[in-house]
Amino acid sequence: MVRLEGVGLCYGRDAETGPEVLRDITLAIPAAGFRWLLGPSGAGKSSLLRLLHAAVRPSRGRLEVLGTDVGGASRRALPRLRRRIGVVHQDFRLLRHLSAYDNVALPLRIAGRPEGQIRADVGEVLRWVGLADKMEVHPARLSGGEQQRVAIARAVIGRPQLLLADEPTGNLDDRQSERLMQMLTELNRLGTTVVVATHNDALVRRHPAPALLLEGGRLQAAA
Amino acid sequence: MAGRSEFRHARLLRPAGFDELGVRRALSDRILPALVAAMSFLAALALAGGLAAAGLAGHWRTGAATVVTVQVPRPTQPAEGSGGAGEDTRLGRALAVLHTSPGVVSTRVVPEGELSDLLRPWLGAGIEKLSLPIPAVIELRMAPAGADLDRLTRRLESAAPGALVESHGPWFRRLAVLAHSLVACAAVAALVVALVASMVVVIATRAGLLARREAIEIVHDLGASDGYIAGRFSRRVLGLAALGGLAGAVLAMPVLLGLATLAAPFAAPGQAGGDPELSWGALGVLPASLWLMLPGLPVLAAAIGFLTAQGTVRQWLRRLP
Ligand SMILES: Nc1ncnc2c1ncn2[C@@H]1O[C@H](COP(=O)(O)OP(=O)(O)OP(=O)(O)O)[C@@H](O)[C@H]1O
Ligand SMILES: [Mg+2]
Repeated sequence: MVRLEGVGLCYGRDAETGPEVLRDITLAIPAAGFRWLLGPSGAGKSSLLRLLHAAVRPSRGRLEVLGTDVGGASRRALPRLRRRIGVVHQDFRLLRHLSAYDNVALPLRIAGRPEGQIRADVGEVLRWVGLADKMEVHPARLSGGEQQRVAIARAVIGRPQLLLADEPTGNLDDRQSERLMQMLTELNRLGTTVVVATHNDALVRRHPAPALLLEGGRLQAAA
Repeated sequence: MAGRSEFRHARLLRPAGFDELGVRRALSDRILPALVAAMSFLAALALAGGLAAAGLAGHWRTGAATVVTVQVPRPTQPAEGSGGAGEDTRLGRALAVLHTSPGVVSTRVVPEGELSDLLRPWLGAGIEKLSLPIPAVIELRMAPAGADLDRLTRRLESAAPGALVESHGPWFRRLAVLAHSLVACAAVAALVVALVASMVVVIATRAGLLARREAIEIVHDLGASDGYIAGRFSRRVLGLAALGGLAGAVLAMPVLLGLATLAAPFAAPGQAGGDPELSWGALGVLPASLWLMLPGLPVLAAAIGFLTAQGTVRQWLRRLP
Protein backbone atom coordinates (compact mmCIF):
# COMPACT_ATOMS: atom_id res chain seq x y z
CA MET A 1 0.00 0.00 0.00
CA VAL A 2 2.61 2.55 1.14
CA ARG A 3 6.25 1.54 1.28
CA LEU A 4 9.39 3.65 1.78
CA GLU A 5 12.92 2.29 1.65
CA GLY A 6 15.79 4.60 2.52
CA VAL A 7 13.83 7.64 1.32
CA GLY A 8 15.48 11.06 1.51
CA LEU A 9 14.06 14.43 0.46
CA CYS A 10 15.78 17.72 -0.37
CA TYR A 11 13.82 20.80 -1.40
CA GLY A 12 15.04 23.11 -4.10
CA ARG A 13 16.99 22.63 -7.27
CA ASP A 14 20.06 21.03 -5.80
CA ALA A 15 18.37 17.77 -4.93
CA GLU A 16 21.69 15.95 -4.67
CA THR A 17 23.68 18.24 -2.39
CA GLY A 18 21.10 20.39 -0.56
CA PRO A 19 20.25 19.77 3.10
CA GLU A 20 17.95 16.82 3.53
CA VAL A 21 14.61 17.57 5.17
CA LEU A 22 13.87 13.85 5.40
CA ARG A 23 16.63 11.29 5.81
CA ASP A 24 16.73 7.57 5.37
CA ILE A 25 13.05 6.87 6.02
CA THR A 26 12.05 3.24 5.84
CA LEU A 27 8.50 2.26 6.68
CA ALA A 28 5.46 0.40 5.40
CA ILE A 29 1.76 1.00 5.94
CA PRO A 30 -0.58 -1.85 5.00
CA ALA A 31 -3.83 -1.34 3.11
CA ALA A 32 -6.59 -0.04 5.40
CA GLY A 33 -3.99 0.84 8.02
CA PHE A 34 -4.20 3.86 10.33
CA ARG A 35 -1.12 5.83 11.43
CA TRP A 36 -0.59 8.88 13.56
CA LEU A 37 2.28 10.99 12.30
CA LEU A 38 3.90 12.75 15.27
CA GLY A 39 6.88 14.94 15.92
CA PRO A 40 7.90 18.47 16.84
CA SER A 41 7.35 21.41 14.54
CA GLY A 42 9.76 21.35 11.64
CA ALA A 43 10.39 17.61 11.99
CA GLY A 44 9.23 16.98 8.43
CA LYS A 45 5.67 15.72 8.89
CA SER A 46 4.17 17.86 6.13
CA SER A 47 7.10 16.98 3.91
CA LEU A 48 6.50 13.26 4.41
CA LEU A 49 2.80 13.69 3.58
CA ARG A 50 3.76 15.65 0.47
CA LEU A 51 5.89 12.69 -0.60
CA LEU A 52 3.05 10.24 0.01
CA HIS A 53 0.80 12.46 -2.13
CA ALA A 54 3.35 12.49 -4.96
CA ALA A 55 3.42 16.28 -4.72
CA VAL A 56 7.20 15.97 -4.52
CA ARG A 57 9.42 13.13 -5.62
CA PRO A 58 11.96 11.52 -3.31
CA SER A 59 15.55 12.69 -3.78
CA ARG A 60 16.79 9.23 -2.93
CA GLY A 61 15.46 5.84 -1.95
CA ARG A 62 12.40 4.01 -3.14
CA LEU A 63 8.82 5.20 -2.55
CA GLU A 64 5.81 3.14 -3.50
CA VAL A 65 2.27 4.46 -3.05
CA LEU A 66 -0.83 2.45 -4.02
CA GLY A 67 1.31 0.26 -6.25
CA THR A 68 3.00 3.17 -8.06
CA ASP A 69 6.73 3.76 -7.85
CA VAL A 70 6.62 7.52 -7.26
CA GLY A 71 10.32 8.08 -7.92
CA GLY A 72 10.35 6.19 -11.20
CA ALA A 73 6.85 6.85 -12.58
CA SER A 74 6.41 9.12 -15.60
CA ARG A 75 4.81 12.53 -15.09
CA ARG A 76 1.79 11.28 -16.99
CA ALA A 77 1.19 8.52 -14.47
CA LEU A 78 1.12 10.74 -11.38
CA PRO A 79 -2.19 12.63 -11.83
CA ARG A 80 -4.10 9.35 -11.83
CA LEU A 81 -2.33 8.38 -8.59
CA ARG A 82 -3.08 11.75 -6.96
CA ARG A 83 -6.77 11.36 -7.76
CA ARG A 84 -6.82 8.24 -5.62
CA ILE A 85 -5.42 10.15 -2.64
CA GLY A 86 -7.29 12.67 -0.48
CA VAL A 87 -5.32 15.39 1.30
CA VAL A 88 -6.23 17.86 4.03
CA HIS A 89 -3.48 20.47 3.90
CA GLN A 90 -2.23 22.22 7.00
CA ASP A 91 -3.00 25.55 5.30
CA PHE A 92 -6.20 24.20 3.62
CA ARG A 93 -5.20 25.30 0.09
CA LEU A 94 -8.75 26.24 -0.90
CA LEU A 95 -9.39 28.21 -4.09
CA ARG A 96 -10.36 31.70 -2.95
CA HIS A 97 -12.49 32.57 -5.98
CA LEU A 98 -14.68 29.46 -5.67
CA SER A 99 -17.55 28.86 -3.27
CA ALA A 100 -17.35 26.11 -0.65
CA TYR A 101 -19.54 23.99 -2.91
CA ASP A 102 -17.28 24.43 -5.94
CA ASN A 103 -14.15 23.81 -3.87
CA VAL A 104 -15.52 20.51 -2.67
CA ALA A 105 -16.81 19.60 -6.14
CA LEU A 106 -13.42 20.27 -7.74
CA PRO A 107 -11.83 16.80 -7.37
CA LEU A 108 -14.92 15.18 -8.89
CA ARG A 109 -14.96 17.63 -11.79
CA ILE A 110 -11.27 17.05 -12.43
CA ALA A 111 -12.05 13.33 -12.46
CA GLY A 112 -14.82 14.02 -14.98
CA ARG A 113 -17.77 12.78 -12.91
CA PRO A 114 -21.30 13.67 -14.08
CA GLU A 115 -22.76 16.83 -12.51
CA GLY A 116 -25.82 15.03 -11.18
CA GLN A 117 -23.73 12.71 -9.04
CA ILE A 118 -21.50 15.61 -7.99
CA ARG A 119 -24.47 17.59 -6.71
CA ALA A 120 -25.70 14.73 -4.57
CA ASP A 121 -22.27 13.85 -3.17
CA VAL A 122 -21.14 17.40 -2.41
CA GLY A 123 -24.43 18.20 -0.69
CA GLU A 124 -24.12 15.12 1.48
CA VAL A 125 -20.50 15.70 2.50
CA LEU A 126 -21.03 19.39 3.25
CA ARG A 127 -24.03 18.48 5.42
CA TRP A 128 -21.86 15.93 7.17
CA VAL A 129 -19.22 18.54 8.10
CA GLY A 130 -22.00 20.92 9.19
CA LEU A 131 -21.73 23.43 6.34
CA ALA A 132 -25.06 22.76 4.58
CA ASP A 133 -26.00 26.43 4.98
CA LYS A 134 -22.62 27.77 3.79
CA MET A 135 -22.43 26.05 0.40
CA GLU A 136 -22.29 29.24 -1.64
CA VAL A 137 -19.97 31.12 0.71
CA HIS A 138 -16.40 31.84 -0.41
CA PRO A 139 -13.46 30.81 1.81
CA ALA A 140 -12.62 34.41 2.72
CA ARG A 141 -15.99 34.66 4.49
CA LEU A 142 -15.59 31.39 6.39
CA SER A 143 -14.01 30.99 9.84
CA GLY A 144 -10.76 29.05 10.14
CA GLY A 145 -12.61 25.98 11.40
CA GLU A 146 -15.16 26.23 8.61
CA GLN A 147 -12.38 26.47 6.02
CA GLN A 148 -10.76 23.42 7.56
CA ARG A 149 -14.02 21.51 7.29
CA VAL A 150 -14.31 22.49 3.61
CA ALA A 151 -10.77 21.14 3.13
CA ILE A 152 -11.77 17.91 4.89
CA ALA A 153 -14.88 17.59 2.72
CA ARG A 154 -12.78 18.10 -0.41
CA ALA A 155 -10.33 15.42 0.73
CA VAL A 156 -12.95 12.74 1.28
CA ILE A 157 -15.37 13.55 -1.55
CA GLY A 158 -13.61 11.29 -4.07
CA ARG A 159 -13.63 8.26 -1.71
CA PRO A 160 -9.83 8.05 -1.78
CA GLN A 161 -7.91 4.86 -1.11
CA LEU A 162 -5.35 6.85 0.85
CA LEU A 163 -6.28 9.80 3.07
CA LEU A 164 -3.55 12.15 4.30
CA ALA A 165 -4.53 14.74 6.90
CA ASP A 166 -2.07 17.40 8.04
CA GLU A 167 -3.10 18.85 11.40
CA PRO A 168 -6.79 18.45 10.50
CA THR A 169 -8.03 19.52 13.93
CA GLY A 170 -5.82 22.61 14.21
CA ASN A 171 -8.79 24.95 13.99
CA LEU A 172 -11.54 22.69 15.30
CA ASP A 173 -13.10 22.59 18.76
CA ASP A 174 -13.15 19.33 20.70
CA ARG A 175 -16.64 18.35 19.59
CA GLN A 176 -15.81 18.87 15.91
CA SER A 177 -12.48 17.11 16.35
CA GLU A 178 -14.31 14.11 17.71
CA ARG A 179 -16.73 14.18 14.79
CA LEU A 180 -13.79 14.26 12.39
CA MET A 181 -12.16 11.32 14.14
CA GLN A 182 -15.41 9.40 13.88
CA MET A 183 -15.45 10.03 10.15
CA LEU A 184 -11.80 9.05 9.74
CA THR A 185 -12.23 5.80 11.68
CA GLU A 186 -15.36 5.03 9.67
CA LEU A 187 -13.53 5.60 6.35
CA ASN A 188 -10.63 3.53 7.70
CA ARG A 189 -13.00 0.73 8.61
CA LEU A 190 -14.36 0.81 5.05
CA GLY A 191 -10.85 0.23 3.68
CA THR A 192 -9.19 3.64 3.35
CA THR A 193 -5.59 3.89 4.51
CA VAL A 194 -5.33 6.94 6.79
CA VAL A 195 -2.30 8.97 7.94
CA VAL A 196 -2.94 11.88 10.32
CA ALA A 197 -0.17 14.32 11.27
CA THR A 198 -0.97 16.15 14.49
CA HIS A 199 0.30 17.96 17.59
CA ASN A 200 -2.99 17.22 19.37
CA ASP A 201 -1.78 14.80 22.07
CA ALA A 202 -5.19 14.57 23.74
CA LEU A 203 -6.72 13.39 20.49
CA VAL A 204 -3.99 10.77 20.03
CA ARG A 205 -4.54 9.56 23.58
CA ARG A 206 -8.29 9.20 23.02
CA HIS A 207 -7.73 7.26 19.79
CA PRO A 208 -4.85 4.90 20.28
CA ALA A 209 -3.27 3.70 17.04
CA PRO A 210 0.20 2.98 15.66
CA ALA A 211 2.31 6.13 15.33
CA LEU A 212 5.22 7.27 13.16
CA LEU A 213 7.48 9.57 15.16
CA LEU A 214 9.63 12.00 13.18
CA GLU A 215 12.42 14.07 14.64
CA GLY A 216 14.82 16.21 12.65
CA GLY A 217 13.84 14.48 9.45
CA ARG A 218 14.51 10.98 10.79
CA LEU A 219 12.03 8.30 11.75
CA GLN A 220 12.45 7.64 15.48
CA ALA A 221 9.93 4.90 15.93
CA ALA A 222 7.46 3.06 13.79
CA ALA A 223 5.02 0.90 15.62
CA MET B 1 -14.74 2.27 -23.39
CA ALA B 2 -17.83 3.05 -21.37
CA GLY B 3 -15.61 5.02 -19.00
CA ARG B 4 -14.27 7.04 -21.86
CA SER B 5 -17.65 8.10 -23.19
CA GLU B 6 -18.84 8.78 -19.67
CA PHE B 7 -15.79 11.00 -19.29
CA ARG B 8 -16.64 12.99 -22.39
CA HIS B 9 -20.26 13.22 -21.39
CA ALA B 10 -19.19 14.68 -18.08
CA ARG B 11 -17.17 17.38 -19.81
CA LEU B 12 -20.33 18.51 -21.51
CA LEU B 13 -22.21 18.63 -18.24
CA ARG B 14 -19.60 20.70 -16.46
CA PRO B 15 -21.13 24.05 -15.47
CA ALA B 16 -20.52 26.67 -18.16
CA GLY B 17 -19.15 29.36 -15.87
CA PHE B 18 -16.95 27.04 -13.79
CA ASP B 19 -13.49 28.61 -13.92
CA GLU B 20 -11.45 26.88 -11.24
CA LEU B 21 -8.16 28.32 -12.47
CA GLY B 22 -9.53 31.85 -12.83
CA VAL B 23 -8.29 32.09 -16.42
CA ARG B 24 -11.01 34.59 -17.27
CA ARG B 25 -9.34 37.14 -15.04
CA ALA B 26 -5.79 35.98 -15.75
CA LEU B 27 -6.29 36.41 -19.50
CA SER B 28 -8.38 39.53 -19.88
CA ASP B 29 -10.63 40.00 -22.88
CA ARG B 30 -9.02 43.35 -23.74
CA ILE B 31 -5.29 43.26 -24.34
CA LEU B 32 -4.84 39.91 -26.08
CA PRO B 33 -7.70 40.37 -28.59
CA ALA B 34 -6.52 43.91 -29.33
CA LEU B 35 -2.96 42.76 -30.05
CA VAL B 36 -4.13 39.81 -32.12
CA ALA B 37 -6.48 42.13 -34.03
CA ALA B 38 -3.51 44.35 -34.91
CA MET B 39 -1.54 41.29 -36.07
CA SER B 40 -4.45 40.01 -38.12
CA PHE B 41 -4.87 43.45 -39.69
CA LEU B 42 -1.21 43.51 -40.71
CA ALA B 43 -1.42 39.95 -41.99
CA ALA B 44 -4.42 40.89 -44.14
CA LEU B 45 -2.48 43.78 -45.67
CA ALA B 46 0.55 41.57 -46.30
CA LEU B 47 -1.61 38.88 -47.88
CA ALA B 48 -3.38 41.37 -50.12
CA GLY B 49 -0.07 42.88 -51.21
CA GLY B 50 1.39 39.45 -51.82
CA LEU B 51 -1.57 38.34 -53.91
CA ALA B 52 -1.52 41.51 -55.99
CA ALA B 53 2.21 41.12 -56.61
CA ALA B 54 1.74 37.44 -57.47
CA GLY B 55 -0.91 38.38 -60.02
CA LEU B 56 1.40 40.94 -61.62
CA ALA B 57 4.30 38.51 -61.55
CA GLY B 58 2.26 35.94 -63.45
CA HIS B 59 1.21 38.58 -65.96
CA TRP B 60 4.76 39.75 -66.53
CA ARG B 61 6.22 36.27 -66.67
CA THR B 62 4.10 35.47 -69.74
CA GLY B 63 5.27 38.79 -71.17
CA ALA B 64 8.90 37.90 -70.61
CA ALA B 65 8.51 34.57 -72.34
CA THR B 66 7.08 36.29 -75.42
CA VAL B 67 10.05 38.60 -75.53
CA VAL B 68 9.39 40.22 -78.92
CA THR B 69 6.23 41.69 -80.40
CA VAL B 70 5.75 42.89 -83.93
CA GLN B 71 3.09 45.46 -84.71
CA VAL B 72 1.76 45.61 -88.26
CA PRO B 73 -0.33 48.72 -88.96
CA ARG B 74 -3.20 48.38 -91.45
CA PRO B 75 -2.80 44.58 -91.42
CA THR B 76 -5.68 43.74 -93.75
CA GLN B 77 -4.62 46.05 -96.56
CA PRO B 78 -3.04 44.38 -99.57
CA ALA B 79 0.69 44.24 -99.46
CA GLU B 80 2.70 46.79 -101.37
CA GLY B 81 3.49 45.54 -104.86
CA SER B 82 0.92 42.77 -104.83
CA GLY B 83 -1.18 44.61 -107.39
CA GLY B 84 -4.09 45.15 -105.01
CA ALA B 85 -5.46 41.67 -105.67
CA GLY B 86 -6.46 41.39 -102.01
CA GLU B 87 -5.11 37.90 -101.39
CA ASP B 88 -1.69 38.90 -100.16
CA THR B 89 -2.21 41.16 -97.08
CA ARG B 90 0.43 43.13 -95.23
CA LEU B 91 -0.03 40.81 -92.24
CA GLY B 92 0.44 37.77 -94.48
CA ARG B 93 3.66 39.19 -95.85
CA ALA B 94 4.99 39.97 -92.42
CA LEU B 95 4.20 36.46 -91.21
CA ALA B 96 5.89 34.97 -94.24
CA VAL B 97 9.04 36.93 -93.44
CA LEU B 98 8.94 35.86 -89.82
CA HIS B 99 8.48 32.19 -90.69
CA THR B 100 11.63 32.25 -92.75
CA SER B 101 13.71 34.24 -90.25
CA PRO B 102 16.33 32.34 -88.27
CA GLY B 103 15.89 32.51 -84.46
CA VAL B 104 12.10 32.84 -84.50
CA VAL B 105 10.70 29.74 -82.79
CA SER B 106 7.02 30.48 -83.11
CA THR B 107 4.61 33.24 -84.02
CA ARG B 108 1.17 33.99 -82.73
CA VAL B 109 -1.18 36.63 -84.00
CA VAL B 110 -2.88 38.10 -80.95
CA PRO B 111 -6.65 37.84 -81.54
CA GLU B 112 -8.56 41.07 -81.70
CA GLY B 113 -10.60 40.26 -78.59
CA GLU B 114 -7.44 39.98 -76.52
CA LEU B 115 -6.19 43.29 -77.89
CA SER B 116 -9.36 45.11 -76.95
CA ASP B 117 -9.09 43.54 -73.48
CA LEU B 118 -5.62 45.04 -73.17
CA LEU B 119 -6.79 48.42 -74.35
CA ARG B 120 -10.05 48.52 -72.41
CA PRO B 121 -8.57 50.08 -69.25
CA TRP B 122 -7.43 53.05 -71.33
CA LEU B 123 -10.10 53.33 -73.95
CA GLY B 124 -13.15 52.07 -72.09
CA ALA B 125 -15.53 49.24 -72.81
CA GLY B 126 -16.76 50.36 -76.22
CA ILE B 127 -13.51 49.95 -78.17
CA GLU B 128 -15.18 47.95 -80.92
CA LYS B 129 -17.58 50.81 -81.58
CA LEU B 130 -14.72 53.29 -82.01
CA SER B 131 -13.47 51.47 -85.11
CA LEU B 132 -9.92 52.52 -84.33
CA PRO B 133 -7.15 51.52 -86.72
CA ILE B 134 -5.68 48.97 -84.39
CA PRO B 135 -2.52 47.30 -85.67
CA ALA B 136 -2.14 43.54 -85.71
CA VAL B 137 0.15 42.29 -82.98
CA ILE B 138 2.31 39.22 -83.49
CA GLU B 139 3.96 37.63 -80.50
CA LEU B 140 7.28 35.99 -81.27
CA ARG B 141 9.00 33.35 -79.26
CA MET B 142 12.67 33.58 -79.95
CA ALA B 143 15.35 30.96 -79.71
CA PRO B 144 17.33 31.30 -76.48
CA ALA B 145 20.38 32.39 -78.47
CA GLY B 146 18.32 35.33 -79.72
CA ALA B 147 18.24 36.71 -83.24
CA ASP B 148 19.56 39.61 -85.19
CA LEU B 149 16.69 42.05 -84.53
CA ASP B 150 18.12 44.73 -86.80
CA ARG B 151 18.10 42.38 -89.76
CA LEU B 152 14.59 41.24 -88.86
CA THR B 153 13.44 44.85 -88.68
CA ARG B 154 14.91 45.66 -92.12
CA ARG B 155 13.29 42.59 -93.71
CA LEU B 156 9.90 43.43 -92.17
CA GLU B 157 10.18 47.06 -93.23
CA SER B 158 10.54 46.02 -96.83
CA ALA B 159 7.74 43.43 -96.59
CA ALA B 160 5.24 45.61 -94.68
CA PRO B 161 6.43 49.19 -94.37
CA GLY B 162 5.63 50.74 -90.96
CA ALA B 163 5.93 47.43 -89.05
CA LEU B 164 7.43 47.89 -85.58
CA VAL B 165 9.61 45.37 -83.77
CA GLU B 166 9.82 45.65 -80.02
CA SER B 167 11.81 43.52 -77.63
CA HIS B 168 10.32 43.41 -74.12
CA GLY B 169 12.30 40.54 -72.64
CA PRO B 170 14.69 42.43 -70.35
CA TRP B 171 11.99 44.75 -69.04
CA PHE B 172 9.50 42.04 -68.38
CA ARG B 173 12.15 39.93 -66.71
CA ARG B 174 13.10 42.81 -64.42
CA LEU B 175 9.47 43.51 -63.56
CA ALA B 176 8.81 39.84 -62.91
CA VAL B 177 11.83 39.68 -60.58
CA LEU B 178 10.56 42.78 -58.79
CA ALA B 179 7.07 41.30 -58.44
CA HIS B 180 8.51 38.02 -57.17
CA SER B 181 10.57 39.91 -54.60
CA LEU B 182 7.41 41.68 -53.48
CA VAL B 183 5.65 38.33 -53.10
CA ALA B 184 8.59 37.04 -51.05
CA CYS B 185 8.53 40.20 -48.88
CA ALA B 186 4.82 39.78 -48.28
CA ALA B 187 5.33 36.12 -47.32
CA VAL B 188 8.13 37.08 -44.90
CA ALA B 189 5.96 39.85 -43.45
CA ALA B 190 3.08 37.40 -42.94
CA LEU B 191 5.46 34.94 -41.30
CA VAL B 192 6.91 37.59 -38.98
CA VAL B 193 3.40 38.69 -38.05
CA ALA B 194 2.52 35.08 -37.20
CA LEU B 195 5.68 34.75 -35.11
CA VAL B 196 4.99 38.00 -33.25
CA ALA B 197 1.41 36.85 -32.67
CA SER B 198 2.58 33.62 -31.12
CA MET B 199 5.13 35.52 -29.01
CA VAL B 200 2.33 37.78 -27.80
CA VAL B 201 0.37 34.66 -26.84
CA VAL B 202 3.42 33.23 -25.05
CA ILE B 203 3.86 36.41 -23.01
CA ALA B 204 0.17 36.70 -22.18
CA THR B 205 -0.05 33.03 -21.23
CA ARG B 206 3.09 33.24 -19.06
CA ALA B 207 1.65 36.27 -17.27
CA GLY B 208 -1.60 34.35 -16.79
CA LEU B 209 0.27 31.33 -15.42
CA LEU B 210 2.17 33.48 -12.94
CA ALA B 211 -1.01 35.26 -11.85
CA ARG B 212 -2.78 31.92 -11.26
CA ARG B 213 0.20 29.98 -10.01
CA GLU B 214 -1.35 29.08 -6.66
CA ALA B 215 -4.61 27.89 -8.20
CA ILE B 216 -2.70 25.83 -10.76
CA GLU B 217 -0.66 24.16 -8.05
CA ILE B 218 -3.77 23.34 -6.07
CA VAL B 219 -5.56 21.89 -9.08
CA HIS B 220 -2.39 20.02 -10.06
CA ASP B 221 -2.20 18.51 -6.56
CA LEU B 222 -5.82 17.43 -6.83
CA GLY B 223 -4.82 15.22 -9.74
CA ALA B 224 -5.40 17.41 -12.80
CA SER B 225 -3.27 16.31 -15.74
CA ASP B 226 -1.14 18.69 -17.80
CA GLY B 227 -3.69 18.30 -20.58
CA TYR B 228 -6.51 19.41 -18.26
CA ILE B 229 -4.71 22.57 -17.14
CA ALA B 230 -3.34 23.38 -20.60
CA GLY B 231 -6.86 22.88 -21.96
CA ARG B 232 -8.33 25.47 -19.58
CA PHE B 233 -5.79 28.07 -20.71
CA SER B 234 -5.67 27.22 -24.41
CA ARG B 235 -9.44 27.24 -24.81
CA ARG B 236 -9.55 30.73 -23.32
CA VAL B 237 -6.70 31.90 -25.58
CA LEU B 238 -8.38 30.28 -28.58
CA GLY B 239 -11.54 32.28 -28.00
CA LEU B 240 -9.68 35.56 -27.47
CA ALA B 241 -7.39 35.02 -30.49
CA ALA B 242 -10.30 34.11 -32.76
CA LEU B 243 -12.07 37.28 -31.62
CA GLY B 244 -9.00 39.39 -32.30
CA GLY B 245 -8.37 37.70 -35.65
CA LEU B 246 -11.93 38.35 -36.73
CA ALA B 247 -11.77 41.99 -35.66
CA GLY B 248 -8.51 42.51 -37.53
CA ALA B 249 -9.83 40.93 -40.72
CA VAL B 250 -13.02 42.97 -40.58
CA LEU B 251 -11.06 46.18 -39.96
CA ALA B 252 -8.77 45.39 -42.91
CA MET B 253 -11.70 45.00 -45.31
CA PRO B 254 -12.39 48.70 -46.00
CA VAL B 255 -8.68 49.38 -46.46
CA LEU B 256 -8.30 46.48 -48.88
CA LEU B 257 -11.42 47.45 -50.80
CA GLY B 258 -10.13 50.99 -51.14
CA LEU B 259 -6.73 49.83 -52.36
CA ALA B 260 -8.25 47.29 -54.75
CA THR B 261 -10.55 49.90 -56.22
CA LEU B 262 -7.57 52.17 -56.81
CA ALA B 263 -5.53 49.32 -58.29
CA ALA B 264 -8.28 47.84 -60.47
CA PRO B 265 -7.39 49.72 -63.69
CA PHE B 266 -3.80 48.44 -63.54
CA ALA B 267 -4.65 44.85 -62.82
CA ALA B 268 -4.43 42.29 -65.58
CA PRO B 269 -7.84 41.66 -67.15
CA GLY B 270 -9.59 38.67 -65.73
CA GLN B 271 -6.93 38.18 -63.08
CA ALA B 272 -7.76 40.52 -60.26
CA GLY B 273 -11.21 41.92 -59.96
CA GLY B 274 -12.58 40.22 -63.02
CA ASP B 275 -14.93 42.20 -65.16
CA PRO B 276 -15.90 45.37 -63.31
CA GLU B 277 -19.32 45.34 -64.98
CA LEU B 278 -20.12 41.92 -63.60
CA SER B 279 -19.33 42.80 -59.98
CA TRP B 280 -21.85 44.21 -57.62
CA GLY B 281 -20.64 47.19 -55.68
CA ALA B 282 -16.96 47.42 -54.86
CA LEU B 283 -16.74 43.91 -53.41
CA GLY B 284 -15.94 42.33 -56.75
CA VAL B 285 -12.63 44.15 -57.06
CA LEU B 286 -10.99 41.94 -54.41
CA PRO B 287 -9.38 38.86 -55.89
CA ALA B 288 -11.18 35.62 -55.18
CA SER B 289 -8.15 34.18 -53.38
CA LEU B 290 -8.32 37.03 -50.87
CA TRP B 291 -11.95 36.18 -50.20
CA LEU B 292 -10.76 32.72 -49.25
CA MET B 293 -7.91 34.01 -47.08
CA LEU B 294 -9.70 36.70 -45.06
CA PRO B 295 -12.02 34.23 -43.26
CA GLY B 296 -8.90 32.09 -42.75
CA LEU B 297 -7.31 34.79 -40.57
CA PRO B 298 -9.47 34.26 -37.44
CA VAL B 299 -9.11 30.51 -37.90
CA LEU B 300 -5.35 30.84 -38.21
CA ALA B 301 -5.17 33.22 -35.24
CA ALA B 302 -7.22 30.77 -33.17
CA ALA B 303 -4.99 27.88 -34.21
CA ILE B 304 -1.79 29.79 -33.43
CA GLY B 305 -3.25 30.90 -30.09
CA PHE B 306 -4.41 27.42 -29.13
CA LEU B 307 -1.20 25.63 -30.08
CA THR B 308 1.06 28.28 -28.56
CA ALA B 309 -0.90 28.34 -25.30
CA GLN B 310 -0.84 24.53 -25.13
CA GLY B 311 2.92 24.50 -25.64
CA THR B 312 3.56 27.33 -23.18
CA VAL B 313 1.44 25.85 -20.40
CA ARG B 314 2.74 22.30 -20.84
CA GLN B 315 6.31 23.61 -20.84
CA TRP B 316 5.64 25.64 -17.70
CA LEU B 317 3.97 22.71 -15.92
CA ARG B 318 7.15 20.66 -16.23
CA ARG B 319 8.42 22.46 -13.12
CA LEU B 320 5.71 20.70 -11.12
CA PRO B 321 6.29 16.99 -10.36
N1 LIG C 1 8.82 24.18 0.23
C1 LIG C 1 9.89 24.11 1.05
N2 LIG C 1 11.10 24.52 0.60
C2 LIG C 1 12.18 24.43 1.38
N3 LIG C 1 12.17 23.97 2.62
C3 LIG C 1 11.01 23.55 3.13
C4 LIG C 1 9.81 23.60 2.36
N4 LIG C 1 8.80 23.12 3.12
C5 LIG C 1 9.35 22.79 4.30
N5 LIG C 1 10.67 23.05 4.31
C6 LIG C 1 11.60 22.79 5.41
O1 LIG C 1 11.48 21.41 5.75
C7 LIG C 1 11.53 21.23 7.15
C8 LIG C 1 10.32 20.39 7.56
O2 LIG C 1 9.15 21.12 7.27
P1 LIG C 1 7.73 20.47 7.44
O3 LIG C 1 6.73 21.45 6.97
O4 LIG C 1 7.74 19.14 6.80
O5 LIG C 1 7.64 20.31 9.01
P2 LIG C 1 6.41 19.85 9.90
O6 LIG C 1 6.85 18.68 10.66
O7 LIG C 1 5.21 19.70 9.07
O8 LIG C 1 6.25 21.10 10.86
P3 LIG C 1 4.89 21.66 11.52
O9 LIG C 1 4.54 20.73 12.63
O10 LIG C 1 5.30 22.98 12.06
O11 LIG C 1 3.88 21.72 10.47
C9 LIG C 1 11.52 22.60 7.76
O12 LIG C 1 12.83 22.86 8.21
C10 LIG C 1 11.19 23.55 6.64
O13 LIG C 1 11.96 24.72 6.73
MG1 LIG D 1 3.47 20.69 8.86
